[in-house]
Amino acid sequence: MHALSVAELSVALRERRVSSEELTRLFLSRIARLNGRLNALVTVDEERALASARAADRRLARREAGPLTGIPIAHKDLFCARGWRTTCGSRMLADFVAPYDAHIVERLEAAGTVHVGKANMDEFAMGSSNENSYFGPVRNPWDAARVPGGSSGGSAAAVAARLVPAATGSDTGGSIRQPAALTGICGIKPTYGAVSRYGMVAYASSLDQAGVFAHSAEDLALLLTAMAGFDPRDATSVERAPEDYGRALNAPIAGLRIGVPRQYLGDGVSPDVARAVRGALDTLTGLGARVVEVSLPNQRLAVPAYYVIAPAEASSNLSRFDGVRYGHRAEGAADLASLYRRSRSEGLGPEVQRRILIGTYVLSHGYYDAYYRQAQKVRRLVADDFARAFEQCDVIAGPTTPTVAFPIGRPGTDPVQMYLEDLFTIPVNLAGLPGVSIPCGAGEAGLPVGLQLIGRAWDEAKLLGVAHAYQQSTDWHRRAPPEEP
Amino acid sequence: MLSTEELRRLCELARIDLPADGGAALQHDLDRVLGWVAQLAEADTEGVTPLTHPGDPTLRLREDRVTEPDEHEAFQRTAPAVEDGLYLVPKVIE
Repeated sequence: MHALSVAELSVALRERRVSSEELTRLFLSRIARLNGRLNALVTVDEERALASARAADRRLARREAGPLTGIPIAHKDLFCARGWRTTCGSRMLADFVAPYDAHIVERLEAAGTVHVGKANMDEFAMGSSNENSYFGPVRNPWDAARVPGGSSGGSAAAVAARLVPAATGSDTGGSIRQPAALTGICGIKPTYGAVSRYGMVAYASSLDQAGVFAHSAEDLALLLTAMAGFDPRDATSVERAPEDYGRALNAPIAGLRIGVPRQYLGDGVSPDVARAVRGALDTLTGLGARVVEVSLPNQRLAVPAYYVIAPAEASSNLSRFDGVRYGHRAEGAADLASLYRRSRSEGLGPEVQRRILIGTYVLSHGYYDAYYRQAQKVRRLVADDFARAFEQCDVIAGPTTPTVAFPIGRPGTDPVQMYLEDLFTIPVNLAGLPGVSIPCGAGEAGLPVGLQLIGRAWDEAKLLGVAHAYQQSTDWHRRAPPEEP
Repeated sequence: MLSTEELRRLCELARIDLPADGGAALQHDLDRVLGWVAQLAEADTEGVTPLTHPGDPTLRLREDRVTEPDEHEAFQRTAPAVEDGLYLVPKVIE
């Protein structure tokens, strides 16, 4: 039962083959057995989960259930949920209990999902390995000595290990797609503005977007349909008619033009990943799609542009953590300035401090034009590259990550090497486009490889249709990591 | 290269303590990152308009009316030090 997709569980619930309470107990028992090793969830609330499961069962009994009623899920620990701890993987917020619900928490609760807990993450969503959490690293269910990716590494590991059938995440530079790829599951980062950021702790506001992890494109469509939609409380939420993101799941892909950027299968990609991605392209070609080569000439500059823009926005967003209104407060500070400094220095980890300082630097007098404005101009070039490529193709495909999951505590790591993990995902955030990662093969040591599909803005339904077509003729998305007895 | 004086100034602006070791490792990391992002200068951006947000959205206006209930107390429950509905900070005026 735990290996079923959300769509399959939904049928089982509505046919009364299982109750939500039974299902929730099943996943809670898996959490009790496996989470200690994986460190994927930082908060689990059995009592509350079982209470909402019983409420879901009552809705099911009254035949008032929707497709997500009674489905257990976890939230990345940067979504506020009233009465639950929202830590953001930081000492700064280790004891912060949110006084309100994030928009997507409200939406998913209204859809009847059962919230079982909060997922570990890189501190303030800054990281690509989930080694930056105050609560310790998350382990990859495929190999506990390796990272699950980040920053939504806890959500990804929890879904991959079937501790929950689905989990929310956020993606600023790859934080959903990269961990989805490294743990062998599916993840979607929607178009910027599709899902409200209300109640999601901000990292870099012009890039942050909420999304979701699950085991199939069909599941992503069900969850995204429940999460997305206009919210006046987020100034960048886009006002559009509600969408059924599953409407194109069964659309044929014959004649579809798949653009493969010549930069995406070149030097920067390890051979095992390139091989798996070429295999996936062959499968799609076999289904009638056509591969065309496209070029994204400014991609090379996307990662450095991101590491100016994101830290700049972070330095502003994280100025709110001052030890006064919420979060960690240093003891015994003699004056206000030292209260701020000491609370921040004690409460924020090294990578977060680094990014705040970089952001402060690039925004400071004398450097603003050379760094920050120049990065925003490069951002335009990166977005224009995509617009030109989409004149020749309908979707863009390539690897999600340059390698399979790497070891925890990789020696000699310098910050820039870690930043380059997001080479293929960052450009998509800069341009605000939707991106999906789906498992498409096994690389070195049998570890999962992710295929990234990128669409024009608001083309999520098409991307999910392509992913679904692929999953109808392959079974990579059904493979599960080995389980210890 | 970031000078020690520049690092001290940055820490001051960001309200972060200079590390106890004087910040040599931090200085090294920041140099590494800033040196690497400096390659952005190579891009020909003559006449390019900066992109601040995807889709170049314009900010929405809304009606000027109260939409939020008073949740003063709930919000202050998360504060480390509060008295009589006020946030407490170290003395700022002698």
